[in-house]
Amino acid sequence: MDRLTEYLFPKQVSTFAQDIDNLFYFIFYTSLALLAIVTFGMIYLAIKYRFKKNDEVRLTSSTDHNSILESSFVIIPLILVSITFVWGIKSYLNMVTVPNDAIEIKVTGQSWFWTFDYPEGGSTLNELVVPSGVPIKIVLSSKDVLHSFYIPVMRAKMDVLPNRYNVMWFDARHEGIYPIFCTEYCGTGHSQMNAQVVVMNPKQYNVWLAEAGSEDDDLPLDELGAKLYSKKACITCHTLDGSPLVGPSYLQTSQMWGQERVFDDGSSATIDDNYIRNSILEPQSQIVAGYQGVMPTYQGLLNDRELDALIAFLKTLKEDSEI
Amino acid sequence: MSDNHHNNYLTYPKGIMSWLLTLDHKRIGLMYLFGGMFFFFLAGVIALGMRLALATPEADFITNDQYNSMYTLHGAIMIFLFIIPAIPGALGNILLPLMLGARDVAFPRLNLFSFYLYSLGAVFVIYTILAGGVDTGWTFYTPYSTSSTTNVIPMTLGIFIIGFSSILTGLNFIATIHKMRIKGLTWYKLPLFVWALYGTSLVQITATPVIAITMVLLILERLLGIGIFDPALGGDPVLFQHFFWFYSHPAVYIMILPAFGIISEIIPVHSRKKIWGYKFIAYSTLSIAFIGFLVWGHHMFTSGQSVFSQIVFSFITYFVGIPTGIKIFSWMLTMYKGQVSFTPPMLYALSFLFLFTIGGLTGIFLGAVALDIHLHDTYFVVAHFHYVMQGGTIIAFLGGLHHWWPKSFGAMYNQTIANICAIGVFVSFNGTFFPQFLLGLRGMPRRYATYAQEYADIHSYSTFWSGILGLSIFIAVVNLLWSLRKNNKLDPGTNPWGALTMEWTHTTSPPHPHNFEEEPVLTHGPYDYDKVLVKPTLKRK
Repeated sequence: MDRLTEYLFPKQVSTFAQDIDNLFYFIFYTSLALLAIVTFGMIYLAIKYRFKKNDEVRLTSSTDHNSILESSFVIIPLILVSITFVWGIKSYLNMVTVPNDAIEIKVTGQSWFWTFDYPEGGSTLNELVVPSGVPIKIVLSSKDVLHSFYIPVMRAKMDVLPNRYNVMWFDARHEGIYPIFCTEYCGTGHSQMNAQVVVMNPKQYNVWLAEAGSEDDDLPLDELGAKLYSKKACITCHTLDGSPLVGPSYLQTSQMWGQERVFDDGSSATIDDNYIRNSILEPQSQIVAGYQGVMPTYQGLLNDRELDALIAFLKTLKEDSEI
Repeated sequence: MSDNHHNNYLTYPKGIMSWLLTLDHKRIGLMYLFGGMFFFFLAGVIALGMRLALATPEADFITNDQYNSMYTLHGAIMIFLFIIPAIPGALGNILLPLMLGARDVAFPRLNLFSFYLYSLGAVFVIYTILAGGVDTGWTFYTPYSTSSTTNVIPMTLGIFIIGFSSILTGLNFIATIHKMRIKGLTWYKLPLFVWALYGTSLVQITATPVIAITMVLLILERLLGIGIFDPALGGDPVLFQHFFWFYSHPAVYIMILPAFGIISEIIPVHSRKKIWGYKFIAYSTLSIAFIGFLVWGHHMFTSGQSVFSQIVFSFITYFVGIPTGIKIFSWMLTMYKGQVSFTPPMLYALSFLFLFTIGGLTGIFLGAVALDIHLHDTYFVVAHFHYVMQGGTIIAFLGGLHHWWPKSFGAMYNQTIANICAIGVFVSFNGTFFPQFLLGLRGMPRRYATYAQEYADIHSYSTFWSGILGLSIFIAVVNLLWSLRKNNKLDPGTNPWGALTMEWTHTTSPPHPHNFEEEPVLTHGPYDYDKVLVKPTLKRK
């Protein structure tokens, strides 16, 4: 990969990235040539025929056409855009033809996190794990508004719709951890709706699949909770420093432990373990006054131990802040 | 006749009511001009606020919601209240009848009604701002726009009403161009600005009803849940995108064609040279207006539309490039064997040629489907759009404003300051928006209130230049307004550029309330710099 590509583009990770970057270069250099003709032509003519101080105002030439020049304005661009069109379509067809042996991963977008479901069972939040050198088919759908799933290093992007499945695919050549963005505006947390793709070699991937989740069994509850706080995307809407974001800060909830919390319908409840559990599993049932009820349910996304872990983590925040 | 001699449309008749109820196209044009400039200022200030927030990766002094509301208002106000109405409504209104030798537009009352529709729409938009804004983006994509708790209804209602203003102006101009030309002024003798307004008007009356219907459907969807866009009720959110872009792509030509018209006037006058390829420019205007209706799907290359649609839309998109290329080369060659003066309008026209060429060429990148997949909804699109809309339309508008300022107001601004500002705008515009192409290539998504650290340097660079850009435009406008001070009037017979179009050769500056003191007689073509010599004069009273 040359230095210009390194400067202009994210790393070329997918198999078709290089072809797309080359298409870019073809249009880029052609455009540069055309821009140079316009710019230098313009500067040359403007300076050559400039009106000088001592010039007399006079009638000027009646030249206003030249058939050869004008047909070249049509024919040359026509040839250039034809090449661009054919190249663009050829590469595109390659991007939409999914190989038969692809591993199929289901991606669900919702405001404002991504869930990944693997064919062998198991799911992850905001972290897509894939083996390198194997075609990956991504099937996309949304639980609410439109999103768009964009992996810059793969040069791949597809809108995520609530009523229809969209499909994209890639085959990653280089191991590493790369960013994923949401590129269809989806509200308050749009710019925080990031995830990452972890490309592993196939052996590691199989080990990862077999062990998925199990390495957490030994962690103490509060440490597991701290891990889940970012891994399960709580971090997108809830801060730890007391400042409100989309939802109330965990710190505030922790400091109010045992006190009454008022909801938007005027009712109230004591902040305790049951209240937290309910807020995670049925967030719409009790909406804290002053906030919007936008949180999705985590029913099925967290098991009992993970729920316990999050509650334990939340309780520790108060003590930490008092030190 | 003789007591009328020293009167012009600015001073006669007098009184506030004579302005509010005026049927004079020139006064209506001025009201559009000041309305448009107010919203240009407002949306510009919002843009600078956004750039300031984007100087660092975190949203420092505003929340995500405030950022989302700001970018929505910036886009919607710039497009619907400034760019679309500004050139046809202001310069078009002031100039069209003068260029045709007519006393007014075909339907003067309808013209005033259009202005009040525009004002009513503007009231809804201002209400939206005061009520806390709207956060859907100027594109109002469903289902987000049907579920957002912000002021979607007042905003869309405002756009709905402004749409009618746009349709009626288009209708008026088409009738005027067909019926109000003086004897002997055949189609091929029309100034190209008139051809541009004609093409624009055709698009306005055919495309705008679609956005009006779309806005009504969106409002009904929110109020009654009719389910046309809501998947839960069997609707389709992507259908909204088809409706929206079926208008909004042609709307891009509503915004750029009048700018083409201005450039076609400025370059021959300030090069004192017959325009190159008159018929090519005239017909390319009409073909762009037509092809513009067939390419909306290129806004939806990542929506999951069929492969066949992708190929067809990509193919047709390139055909917009050909007539546009013809125009650029024709403008450039107009200077050949002319007498080029580096006046403020000419500097704006030359920067237009450079900036719009970049805007057009980067459209080719986005038209190539495979490459668009990577660039779609990134800052590459933001940069491309601003090169076309600001580097194209707004630069041309500023050029046109400087060109016709002495005609409209009978006063001349400080040309040295104006030239410095024109260069300042050119340099700082590139400083602001060129780096955004790089942001897009590197994968920075648009509409982000916060972003990853790796993009921070380019963003703060862009923010720095945006400040200079704002300042340059601000000083340019103050320089224009300062010329309106007392005792700075030009002699009414003045023709500072030695222009040959009828608004310069057949009437005074500022023009008579009824445009021409006597029935005008066609004496020469608009670009006859090879046959008719008019020396530039700049006499003060």
